[in-house]
Amino acid sequence: MRKVKFHQAINMALEYSLKRDKSMILYGLGVSDPKEIFETTINLQKKFGSQRVFDTPNSENALTGMGIGYGMMGGRVVMTHQRLDFSLLSLDQLINNAAKLFYTSDGKFSVPITIRLIVGRGWGQGPNHSQALQSLFAHIPGLKVVSPSNPNNAYHLLISSIFDNNPTIFIEHRWLHNQEGRIDKIYKPKKIKSFEKISTGRDLTIVCNSLMTIESIKANKILKKNKIKCDIINLLSINPLNLNVVIKSVKKTGKLIVCDIDHGHISISSEIISSVASYRKNIFKKKPIKISMPNYPTPTGPSLTKNFYPNFINIIKSSEKILNRNIKIPKNKLEEIKLHDIPFKNYTGPF
Amino acid sequence: MNKNQILEILKNLLRIRMTELKISVEYSKQKMRCPVHLSIGQEAIAAPLKVLLTKKDIVVSGHRAHAHYIGKGCNLEKFIFELYLKEKGFSRGKAGSMHLFDKKNGFYGSSPIVANSIPLGVGMGYYNKINKIDNVVLIFFGDGATEEGVFYESLNFAAIHNLRVLFICENNFYSVYSNLKFRQPHNRKISEISKSLGIYSIKENGNDIRITTKTLSKALNFIKKNSKPILIEYSTFRFVEHCGPNKDDHLKYRNQSELNYWMKNDPIKIMYKFINNKDKSLLHKFKRNFNNELNSIFLKAEKLKYPKESVAYTNLYNEKS
Ligand SMILES: Cc1ncc(C[n+]2csc(CCOP(=O)(O)OP(=O)(O)O)c2C)c(N)n1
Ligand SMILES: [Mg+2]
Repeated sequence: MRKVKFHQAINMALEYSLKRDKSMILYGLGVSDPKEIFETTINLQKKFGSQRVFDTPNSENALTGMGIGYGMMGGRVVMTHQRLDFSLLSLDQLINNAAKLFYTSDGKFSVPITIRLIVGRGWGQGPNHSQALQSLFAHIPGLKVVSPSNPNNAYHLLISSIFDNNPTIFIEHRWLHNQEGRIDKIYKPKKIKSFEKISTGRDLTIVCNSLMTIESIKANKILKKNKIKCDIINLLSINPLNLNVVIKSVKKTGKLIVCDIDHGHISISSEIISSVASYRKNIFKKKPIKISMPNYPTPTGPSLTKNFYPNFINIIKSSEKILNRNIKIPKNKLEEIKLHDIPFKNYTGPF
Repeated sequence: MNKNQILEILKNLLRIRMTELKISVEYSKQKMRCPVHLSIGQEAIAAPLKVLLTKKDIVVSGHRAHAHYIGKGCNLEKFIFELYLKEKGFSRGKAGSMHLFDKKNGFYGSSPIVANSIPLGVGMGYYNKINKIDNVVLIFFGDGATEEGVFYESLNFAAIHNLRVLFICENNFYSVYSNLKFRQPHNRKISEISKSLGIYSIKENGNDIRITTKTLSKALNFIKKNSKPILIEYSTFRFVEHCGPNKDDHLKYRNQSELNYWMKNDPIKIMYKFINNKDKSLLHKFKRNFNNELNSIFLKAEKLKYPKESVAYTNLYNEKS
């Protein structure tokens, strides 16, 4: 298949799903406005009509509940939020209803809804437009939490999430929207995949997801040049969390770096490390390392965010530490992170 | 109201417009690296605040808060420095345009989450009530915010406790690109909703400074006299894009007749129609001076130092005892 951008892949997955299931509705603030959720919902209202694809009032909580009710009737739902932060108004419906109805009805009602949450970063996004909070959602039994890292897995993961019968939080990093890649053809929706192996090696295990997978791939290029071979595991799902592959890898490498797009305290990255640590025998040869956002709200200004969001340099530095050796970083790579608050060179904000 | 006070309000109207225009011009240099929601077109609602309120009256607002901040007479330098995310900004670059504060001057916060600060204002009003403080709290929000549940819950609480709160809805008919008619039933007024929640409510033209001054002043008197909340719904219009410094009418989400109507009703144009020549020349002089003041503030802002990175890791908890 031809190369597509990440935002197109999302659009194609939505279109595929709307075509496949006539019960599916797609809504959220901006779905049919001129910007069409960073072009991810482009033309969908035109193709599927305004009953199935629609913009909404500013009522996140009610509209989440509405989607849950629609889902209980047997319909499929995709709701989108231009920032994860805006979805926080809907935590009641998500946590008290969506996550629990299948359980409390003892399997009589399911909630086949997918909530797309877009995570912001850099360029003055500040405390209320940059929260990644994947661990908060993953903490809730009954919610599934997934995140893609490239056009291909975005396409397949979104379709899998939509056709999964459970409430699924689909965390979509804004800085991925411009990624380009090829997409594998789909024959029919598959179960949600829990991970993807990005590379294989004996020296070090790197576990990552979402944007941190892109940073891990960048780091891996530098590591390779320094003759360091890594197992890189891209977690597509963090709840349910299947750690068999991680344990298998750490058994081999003995060294683990976990990269988190979210705050690191009381987090999915802590969970991964503690799970591996409580494996029946100690498989760590070195103390594991966690890379994450600090335990602070995100500041707005560029001088303050300089080291706030983790990137590939953090991965290299952590690799040096865990492998106890120097790693040469090419100069042009160091230049790259000087533009730390924008996703690509000519980006001019605001969202 | 005396002549000087009226003149001060007119100056304030220009002060807001000129500051916002200056921001929109300088913004493209990429030195103010944070999203801005400009108030251009909506200034007449905020301009009277400086004269009508005391420093102890409190204002809270949402994402489109510049006018309220300047209108209340808050610290202009610290505001611009904050937009530049510099050390001398009011929050040392932690906040930017979407989280404004000036505690000294009674600006107790603005928030980029729609409807998010409405209950805060109600809580401030409740504090004032039980501490027998008779200052008023003004809560600014847009038409879009009235679609959030917290709007109803907050009004209800203010009504049952008779709080000295003035709710001000700036109805500019849009939430981002979405017209009110797609979000709320046709012909249902926001002021009717609040009325039925038990809050005395009026709907007024928000672009005529004479009307906004009169209605705000009356509402404040009513609140002080009766210890009851009021809601004013002002109709108004935003002249630039939802977020950012440019025009966005090439996207055609607002129709031409609507644009023409509101351009004719630009609050500055309306103001110039009714003032006499003497005031005109006074305002002209004010504009020249204020323009110089703005230029020097912006120049200074560009040159100022950024905060040290370690500032990011301060003031998470208050551990003073
Ligand atoms: C809870 C929440 N939902 C969505 C957004 C995105 N958003 C930012 S401003 C805005 C428009 C709000 O419209 P209105 O209240 O009428 O204010 P206006 O921009 O017209 O001044 C929206 C939807 C947000 N910031 N918070
Ligand atoms: Mg509006």
